[in-house]
Amino acid sequence: MTSKPLTLAEKVWNDHLVAKGENGSPDLLYIDLHLVHEVTSPQAFDGLRLAGRPVRRPDLTIATEDHNTPTWDIDKPIADITSRTQIEALRKNAAEFGIRIHSLGDVDQGIVHVVGPQLGLTMPGITVVCGDSHTSTHGAFGALAMGIGTSEVEHVLATQTLPLKPFKTMAINVEGTLRPGVTAKDIILAVIAKIGTGGGQGYVLEYRGSAIRALSMEARMTICNMSIEAGARAGMVAPDQTTFDYLHGRPHAPEGADWDAAVEYWKTLPTDDGAKFDAEVYLDANTLDPFVTWGTNPGQGVSLLDTVPNPADFADPNDRAAAERALEYMDLTPGTKMKDIRVDTVFLGSCTNSRIEDLRAAASIIKGKTKAEGVRMMVVPGSAKVRLQAEAEGLDAIFKDFGAEWRFAGCSMCLGMNPDQLAPGERAASTSNRNFEGRQGKGSRTHLVSPLVAAATAIRGTLSSPADLEEPN
Amino acid sequence: MEKFETYTGVGVPLRRSNVDTDQIIPAVYLKRITKTGFEDALFSAWRNDPEFVLNQNAYRHGSVLFAGPDFGTGSSREHAVWALRDYGFKAVFSSKFADIFRGNSGKQGLVTGIIDDATIEKIWLALEANPGLEVTVNLVDKTVVVGDIRADFEIDEYTRWRLLEGLDDIGLTLRDEQSITDFEAKRAAWLPKTLPAKGA
Ligand code: SF4
Repeated sequence: MTSKPLTLAEKVWNDHLVAKGENGSPDLLYIDLHLVHEVTSPQAFDGLRLAGRPVRRPDLTIATEDHNTPTWDIDKPIADITSRTQIEALRKNAAEFGIRIHSLGDVDQGIVHVVGPQLGLTMPGITVVCGDSHTSTHGAFGALAMGIGTSEVEHVLATQTLPLKPFKTMAINVEGTLRPGVTAKDIILAVIAKIGTGGGQGYVLEYRGSAIRALSMEARMTICNMSIEAGARAGMVAPDQTTFDYLHGRPHAPEGADWDAAVEYWKTLPTDDGAKFDAEVYLDANTLDPFVTWGTNPGQGVSLLDTVPNPADFADPNDRAAAERALEYMDLTPGTKMKDIRVDTVFLGSCTNSRIEDLRAAASIIKGKTKAEGVRMMVVPGSAKVRLQAEAEGLDAIFKDFGAEWRFAGCSMCLGMNPDQLAPGERAASTSNRNFEGRQGKGSRTHLVSPLVAAATAIRGTLSSPADLEEPN
Repeated sequence: MEKFETYTGVGVPLRRSNVDTDQIIPAVYLKRITKTGFEDALFSAWRNDPEFVLNQNAYRHGSVLFAGPDFGTGSSREHAVWALRDYGFKAVFSSKFADIFRGNSGKQGLVTGIIDDATIEKIWLALEANPGLEVTVNLVDKTVVVGDIRADFEIDEYTRWRLLEGLDDIGLTLRDEQSITDFEAKRAAWLPKTLPAKGA
């Protein structure tokens, strides 16, 4: 039997078809895992109440508190009324509809995209949705994972399915070996700078090639996380031994004969030889430098060794106008060396870079070093578990000795819905994923960086990579 | 969503055109976490005016709105429909609606019928001559009866079908619930389950 060679994304799609759409209407896809948090769910639950509908599969649904939660004094009531109301609503809804919830203070509480994989709920070949655009993170396991809106959240709660229009596929081929000090974050920032923030629109991205295969699960999650910043709804990496090793033994991973059956299926998922992608992009890992952003969208990035670009050099008039506006907002002058840019705050956290490996990487750089005068560093683990593990490894002591703030888990300064915000005009090196105007507080200026660059920057006070630590400042 | 075939309730003449969604419900109400309880927010800027039609006793419990052209323009906020629905409105008539508002209405069970301006004017006069007059909306034959006036209205056929059947997006999916159940029966046993909780 010869069947048409398929891509990973197409296989997962086909295996979840409840009903094929006819005459241009969308396909109906089954959803294996629905992650819920406090911001995008209240109206969905209210909609269910209004229609008198139950949650169809509470056993495929899990909630956690992350966007609004404080990262200090977590035993005190939340001061901000809107934040407190949203969190209380989530707790009430979870209780009423029988949904498992990990609340502030619980050992499994944390950023929704850190919690799912950590519990072993995120698996290869499944469909994952959440009312949050960075759901793409879970694609690192070879899952088809995407962010949805509140009406869709209600739809999934009620039916465990989602009507979806087919997508196109794009292969992002990254071949070669990363140089020391260059990480997954630099790959994805370079990809976005290359294809643009709209480049992935309408596509599911599949990250492929020897450089991707060599990455850990944490690093693959960093890459898939930012697929949305490239305009794609989802990004995926084919499952392999690295994936299986990461999953094995996690609380919800299959066991015994189930595990064997699962692995057997997972091994059928990688894209077939000869399968056709609708688009292909190539990136050379061998020549990649640490990447940082200079502007106000994630596509406005350059090598750390480069300078702030001159808007006049942009051929496209829209790009030029965007660059002009971004430089004005960021208070940067064309030609300034990226390494000369001084920051006020270093933020290590967010669903992009707050897993244990990220904390270890940063800690290894700052260990025994002194923090730059006047620079504030915040370390916010992605989940309570990551925090505990880091403490067990003594990482907290390294951060505290260095003078960094060691905080409780949550989204924190990634979006500043809680009190963790930059003051107007303040500049941050941030391991998060969005450098939009005002994202980290009104008037805040954000440079997206890797955890290694974040650590080196906290030591030197200017955007830096670990390699710079060997030179005198 | 409840099926809508015929409905009888107090008609309200809203002699205004270009009622945008900001006027239907101002942005300050969008911070709420519920999808219900927006009745106080409906037309909130106008509700302070004692002359405003909904502040007059005869219309206070109105549930069928007759408005001027271009109703529901502006921001796409679904809250505009929620506010009308929560106040008690079952149907809105105008000579012209904004597309997104019409789409949102259909999803929430609010009938949006198109009636030409001249007929709306006649209906306004009839309602004003008889404050509190009950009108009957018939979605089956697409008519509205206001006293002696029997007016035909237009509504997109697909929306009409959904309203008659009482189907919102979720209801539509659940029409084929058997295929979901069949799919579930075939799912592998090892697929992730959040319950019972394991962890910590
Ligand atoms: S860490 Fe940031 S990007 Fe991630 S879910 Fe939270 S707010 Fe969104």
